[in-house]
Amino acid sequence: MRKAVNDINRCVACGVCAKECPRDAISIFKGCYAVINHDKCVGCGICEGACPAGSVKVMEVSNGKK
Amino acid sequence: MAKNKKKNWYDYLWIWTIIYFALGFFNILFAWLGMIDFILPLIFAIAGGNKWFCNHMCGRGQLFWVLGRNLKCSRRKQAPAWISSTWFRYGFLAFFLTMFGTMVFQTYLVFSGAESLRKAIKLFWTFKVPWKWAYNGSIFPDWVAQFGFGFYSLMLTSTLIGLIVMALYKERTWCSFCPMGTMTQGICKIKEKRG
Repeated sequence: MRKAVNDINRCVACGVCAKECPRDAISIFKGCYAVINHDKCVGCGICEGACPAGSVKVMEVSNGKK
Repeated sequence: MAKNKKKNWYDYLWIWTIIYFALGFFNILFAWLGMIDFILPLIFAIAGGNKWFCNHMCGRGQLFWVLGRNLKCSRRKQAPAWISSTWFRYGFLAFFLTMFGTMVFQTYLVFSGAESLRKAIKLFWTFKVPWKWAYNGSIFPDWVAQFGFGFYSLMLTSTLIGLIVMALYKERTWCSFCPMGTMTQGICKIKEKRG
């Protein structure tokens, strides 16, 4: 299934993805990076389009992993 | 912001950014209000260990979104990777803090009487723009106004850089190397590691 995956080493924790996510699937973990709840994520890619750092990407995942 | 979500009062803080620059145009003492944007994120980061300010309250980021996304002033292309790389982010933070220090020193020089008040703002730390209509004396000493001019210069310069990268790349590309963002994320990461 295609889901949003965040590269936490690139993420700047600005929170645009969380703001734009229509399903409230993204939260910012303690101001460090964005965490995507794959139970809620439908892989729409809105977050990817909003992310200024290019750290969120929609990709094929199995069991929540790349 | 996703259209299905309920808007809060803090989703309109982009208006504050416009008001801030408008006020500073007429009276430079209003530039001091920009300290809110400096201190609040740090309080959130140090006391709360979060980036709630960046995530919900940053008027500048919101303005870039309104202009870039809603008014279609952004190319919405991915910025080069080095812009959000660690070395560039911390390098830019160091540069920014150095410039802030220089500005504070300039304020000190006026405070000590070594230099007199200069009614001008400096864009991109280089170009001097006369701004004398914004100050005609007040009950405060001159150094208060000097800090205003310096701080307003800093705020305007960073907004202009943000607008340029907004137009060229993604709407909130500024956020990926914003010195405040780098600093607060750094604090949050340290706090998270210490548990």
